[in-house]
Amino acid sequence: MSDAKEMTLEEREATLSGIGTARKRKEDARFIRGQGNYVDDIKLPGMLHGDFVRSQHAHALIKSIDASKALEVPGVLAVITAKDLEPLALHWMPTLAGDVAAVLADKKVHYQNQEIAFVVAVDRYAAADGVQEVVVEYEALPALIDPLTALDDDAPIIRDDVADNDEVGQGKRRHPNHIFEWEVGDAAATDAAFEAAEVTIAEDILYPRCHPSPIETCGCVASMDGVNGKLTVYGTFQAPHVIRTVVSLITGLAESSIRIVSPDIGGGFGNKVGAYPGYICAAAASIVTGHPVKWIESRIDNLSATAFARDYHMVGELAADKDGKITAIRAKVVADHGAFNTHAQPMKWPAGLFNIVTGSYDIPVGHVKVDGVYTNKAPGGVAYRCSFRVTEAAYLIERMIDVLAQKLDIDKAEIRKRNFVQPDQFPYNSCLGWEYDSGDYPTALEQALAAVDYEGLKKEQAEKREAGELMGIGISTFTEIVGAGPTRNCDIVGLGMFDSCEIRVHPTGSAIARLGTKATGQGHETTFAQIIATELGIPSDDIAIEEGDTDTAPYGLGTYGSRSTPVAGAAAARAARKIRDKAKKIAAHVLEVAEDDLEWEVDRFKVPGSDVQMTMKEIAMAAYSNVPDGMEHGLETVDYYDPPNFTYPFGAYICVVDIDRFTGDVAVRKFYALDDCGTRINPMVIDGQVHGGLAEAYGIALGQEIVYDDTGNVLGASLMDYFLPTAVETPEWETDFTVTPSPHHPIGAKGVGESPNVGGVPAFANAIVDAFAHHGVTHMRMPHTQWRVWQTLNELGLNK
Amino acid sequence: MTPGSFEYHRPQSVDEAVALLGQYGDEGKVLAGGHSLVPMMKLRLAAPSHLIDINGIDDLKGIAEDGGEIVIGAGTTQAEVLASDLLAESCPILPEAAALIADPQVRNCGTVGGNCANGDPGNDYPAIMIALGASYTLRSADGERQVVAADFYEGVYATAIEDNELMIAVRIPTHADGAGMSYRKIKRKVGDYAIAAAAVTLSMDGGKCASATVALTNVADTAVLSAAAADALVGSAVDDKAIDAAAEKAMADSDPAEDLRGPVEYRRAMAGEMTRRAIREALARAGGS
Ligand SMILES: Cc1cc2nc3c(=O)[nH]c(=O)nc-3n(C[C@H](O)[C@H](O)[C@H](O)COP(=O)(O)OP(=O)(O)OC[C@H]3O[C@@H](n4cnc5c(N)ncnc54)[C@H](O)[C@@H]3O)c2cc1C
Repeated sequence: MSDAKEMTLEEREATLSGIGTARKRKEDARFIRGQGNYVDDIKLPGMLHGDFVRSQHAHALIKSIDASKALEVPGVLAVITAKDLEPLALHWMPTLAGDVAAVLADKKVHYQNQEIAFVVAVDRYAAADGVQEVVVEYEALPALIDPLTALDDDAPIIRDDVADNDEVGQGKRRHPNHIFEWEVGDAAATDAAFEAAEVTIAEDILYPRCHPSPIETCGCVASMDGVNGKLTVYGTFQAPHVIRTVVSLITGLAESSIRIVSPDIGGGFGNKVGAYPGYICAAAASIVTGHPVKWIESRIDNLSATAFARDYHMVGELAADKDGKITAIRAKVVADHGAFNTHAQPMKWPAGLFNIVTGSYDIPVGHVKVDGVYTNKAPGGVAYRCSFRVTEAAYLIERMIDVLAQKLDIDKAEIRKRNFVQPDQFPYNSCLGWEYDSGDYPTALEQALAAVDYEGLKKEQAEKREAGELMGIGISTFTEIVGAGPTRNCDIVGLGMFDSCEIRVHPTGSAIARLGTKATGQGHETTFAQIIATELGIPSDDIAIEEGDTDTAPYGLGTYGSRSTPVAGAAAARAARKIRDKAKKIAAHVLEVAEDDLEWEVDRFKVPGSDVQMTMKEIAMAAYSNVPDGMEHGLETVDYYDPPNFTYPFGAYICVVDIDRFTGDVAVRKFYALDDCGTRINPMVIDGQVHGGLAEAYGIALGQEIVYDDTGNVLGASLMDYFLPTAVETPEWETDFTVTPSPHHPIGAKGVGESPNVGGVPAFANAIVDAFAHHGVTHMRMPHTQWRVWQTLNELGLNK
Repeated sequence: MTPGSFEYHRPQSVDEAVALLGQYGDEGKVLAGGHSLVPMMKLRLAAPSHLIDINGIDDLKGIAEDGGEIVIGAGTTQAEVLASDLLAESCPILPEAAALIADPQVRNCGTVGGNCANGDPGNDYPAIMIALGASYTLRSADGERQVVAADFYEGVYATAIEDNELMIAVRIPTHADGAGMSYRKIKRKVGDYAIAAAAVTLSMDGGKCASATVALTNVADTAVLSAAAADALVGSAVDDKAIDAAAEKAMADSDPAEDLRGPVEYRRAMAGEMTRRAIREALARAGGS
C-alpha cells in the first residue's frame, strides 16, 4: 500500500523538510514582495481615524481641556477625554502587573507625551489638525526623573490615585512612589560569605533606559458591529488572547463577543505585549460612533510613550577567593518603572527572572533585592528581546566577573572556566532558586576560544598596548532562562502561562495547525511546520500554520520571553504525537494487524521486516472514510502544554574592538557567537535570529538610550537620534553552535530568539572596557557612544 | 506626524516658479527634494500654505564648467553630484561629501540647492561651499543677484534668501592646479548629521602653504568659516605644530550646542580633530606630505 517504494529513507526524510532542515522562510515570499498584511494595511468601510493630544509636561495638573476649536475643524467628529470615558469606567485600565494606568489623563499628567484626549476624524490628516486645536491648560508640578531620589521624603508624589494604598499589586510598599520590594536568596549567609572573603568587588552598573523600537509602531483598527454586538480589534498584539481577556474584563463584554486579530506584525520585542490607551480609545470610539476606528502611532509616539525597557540601576558585588573562585553574589537594584507599573512579566516575579543573575557560574550563596519605583517617565520595563529582566541579569554578572578578573589579574576566559557550573552538575540548582535543565559551558567556551584564536588575539593586544593603541577583547558566557512557564508559578493576570497547538489533518494528507503564540518576525510559519512535519511525516510545505486570531486559535499566552518554541513548540510536538497515536490505530485497523506490530518510520507505520505499511497520507484519507468501530472520524487534536520547567539556553560570545583614541569611535573588528539552544529546528532561521539579536545588542551597547532632561522632556525620540544601526554600522557576525538538548522538552529545543540580545550586550561592553583595562578602568557606562568613550580617553589623557 | 493642508503647484519654468514665489511670499515654500522640508512639515514645524515644486524645471538641473567656474544647477540631486565625472575631476570634495550625506534614498531626491538653501547648520554643503569660495545665484521677479556663500548664512534656518527668491545655481571657482581639498565628518551612523565636520582647501608653494580655507559643519548656528585656522596654516610648512595650531583655532571658532551627539567639550574637540584630519588629507592631495 505505498506509492513511494523507490525512495530511500533519507530521501523520504528530506521530502519532509522537518526538524534540522535549513528550510527557506515561508513568510518571506509575501514580506519581500511587500505583500504582508500589517495593521495599517487594514481598511474597513466607513473607517475613521483617531489621534492623541499628548502632554507637553512630565508632571502637571490639568486645569482644563477645551476642545471647542478642534470640533470646528473640518472632518473632526469627536474629541474624547477622561470625562467621557469615566461613565463607562474606561478612563483607567488594569495593567498586566496588577497596577492601573490612565487611559486618558485624569486630572493630571504623569509623563511627557501621555495621552490626554483622543480626536476622532474622517482621516488621519483631519485628526492631526484637530489635535493641534485642542487647548489644554496645565499647572506644572516638579518632575521626578532620577529614580534614585524617588523614595526621598521630599520627592514629588507621582501617583495621587494610589498614594494612600499600602500596595499596588505586587506586595507591601513603603513610600507613595514605591511599587514593590522583592528579595530572593539568603541575606545572612551572603553577608557571612562576604565577611569571610579573600577579595570582594563592587560596581555601580546601570542598564540604561532603551526602547524595543520595532520597525512597525503600535496600532489597531477597532470595529464594533452594532447589529450583532461583536467587537473586532485588529492590532499589534504579541499576546492576542491575553488582550481579549483584558478587554473583556475592562469592558464587561463577553469574550465570545470579542475577536482579537493580530495580522502580520513588524517586530515586537516586548513592546507589543501590553495594552495601550490607543486600543481602548479606538474601541470606545467605535462603540460610540458605530464606525470602525483606526489608530496608528507615529514613531515619536512609539519611542516616547509606549513600553520602554531596562532602566535598571544596579549595584553588583562579588566575593571570591584569591584564585578567582566566586564565593557569593549580591545585587541591589532600583528599577525605574515609569509612571504606571505596566511591565509584562509573570505576576509572582515583579523583577522577572532577575535571579538568574548567577549566570553560568556555580556560586554557593547569594542575595538579590530589587525596589521598583515610579518616576515621571513613560511606563514600561518590558523584556526587550529577552526573557523578563534576564538581559539585565546577564549584563550584571558578565560585567562583574570581568571586574573580578581585573582585580585579581586573572585572564577573563580563565576566570570563567574556574567558575562554570560543570556538565555533571545538571540539573543544577542555583543558590537563587532555579533548576538549570542542561548545559555544557566549558565545551562552548573552549570551542569559541579556539575559533577566534584567543591566544593570538591576546598577543596582538599586548603589542598594541605597547604601541599605545586600544584594542579590546570581550567575552560573554551567558545563560538565559526562557520559556515561561510552568503554571505552578507563572501567570499573567491569573492566566497560567501554558501554550497551545491545535492540528487538523485534512483527508488528502495536508494539515493546518493553529497556535496560541503570535510571530512578530520569528518565522513560526516555517519552524512550527517543521516540528509537525517530523512528528507526523507530512511535508512541512503541506502544513499551514495560523496564529493570531482569537476566534480560531486555541488560547495561548503569546510570543515573548523566548517562549514560543519552549512552550507552543512543545504543544505542537505533543499534538502531533496524539494524532500519530490515533493514526496508528487507524493503520492497524486498515492493515488488519495488531497495533503493537506497527512501527513508525519517517512518514508511515510499518510492520518491520515486511512491506505491510501505510503512509500518513493514506491514513489521513482513512481517517475520513474507514475508521475502526467506535472511533470518531477525523484526524485532529489540541494540546495545552504546561512546561515542567523553564529552558536554559546559553552561549559563548567573543567580540574584538579597536578604538580610535582621538574620536572615541569603536570599530568592531570581530564578533563570534556560539549559541546552544538545544535541538536546532532550522539552522537558517536560528542564524537569522542571531544576526538580528546581535544587531540590536550592538545598538544597545553602542548607542541606544531614551534620554530625559531634568524636567522630564524626552530628548531625541525619533530615529534621527535613537540609534537603530543600519547595515553599514552593523558588524559582521560569525555564528557557531553546540547542541545540548533540553531534557524536559518534547523535542529538546530551548529557544534562541533572545540569546543574542542577552549575551551580545555584555560581549560588546566587555570588549570596550577591556580596551581600557590596562589603565585601571573596570566599568564604563552604557551606551558606549563616541562621546562617552572619548570622555574616558580624555580623562586618561589618551587622546593627546 | 502628518502635515497640515497646503496647495500644490508644479511650475515648468524658472519664470513661472519665481512668479508664484512673488505671489505667495511667506505663505509659499519651494519644494525641491523634500528631504528637509517634508520632515519639518510632518512635525508641523513648517506649515506652508503653498508648496511650489521645482522638480519639473529642467533649467535647474545639470553640472557644467563656465569660464573658470563650475556651475551646479540648484535642482541637481546629491546622487548626480556623486556620479559626476566632471566633479570627480575638478572638485572631488563635492562627490566625496555627497557620499557622507544621508543615504542613497535621500541623495536620490535631495538637491544641492535644497542643501545649500535650507539653512540647517547640520547640512554638509554650506561649509564646503564656504571653503570653496562658492556663490549662489538667486532670482526673483525683480532680477538676479549673486550672494557669496560665506555671507549667505545668518542663523538657524535664517539665510540671505528672500521669500520671493529662487536659488538657481551654485557657482564654484575652479581651483588652481595643485590645490588639495578634503572634507572630514564624524557622525553616529549613516544618515546622521555631523557631530562635527571640517572642510579644508589648501595649496602649497615651495614647501609652504600658499593659501588655505577652513570651514566647519554643525558646530554653531551656521556653518563657520574659520579664518584664524586658515591663517595658522598659511606660510607654514603645514607640520604637526601648524596643524595643531589650526585645529585649536577651529575649536575656538566653533560654538556647538550640547545634544545627543555629545556635550559641548566633545563636539568642539571633534571640530578640532576633523580639522586636523582634513588638513592632513588636503595636504597630501596638494602634493605636500
Ligand atoms: C534621513 C536624512 C538624513 C539626512 N542627512 C543629511 C546629512 O548627513 N547631511 C546633509 O547635508 N543633509 C542631510 N539630510 C538632508 C538632505 O540632504 C536634504 O535633501 C537637504 O537638506 C535639502 O535638500 P532638498 O532638495 O531635499 O530640499 P527640500 O527639503 O525640498 O527643501 C529644503 C529647504 O530649502 C528650500 N529650497 C530648496 N530648494 C530651493 C531653491 N532652489 N531655492 C530656494 N529655496 C530652496 C525649501 O523651500 C526648504 O526650505 C538628510 C535628510 C534625511 C531625511
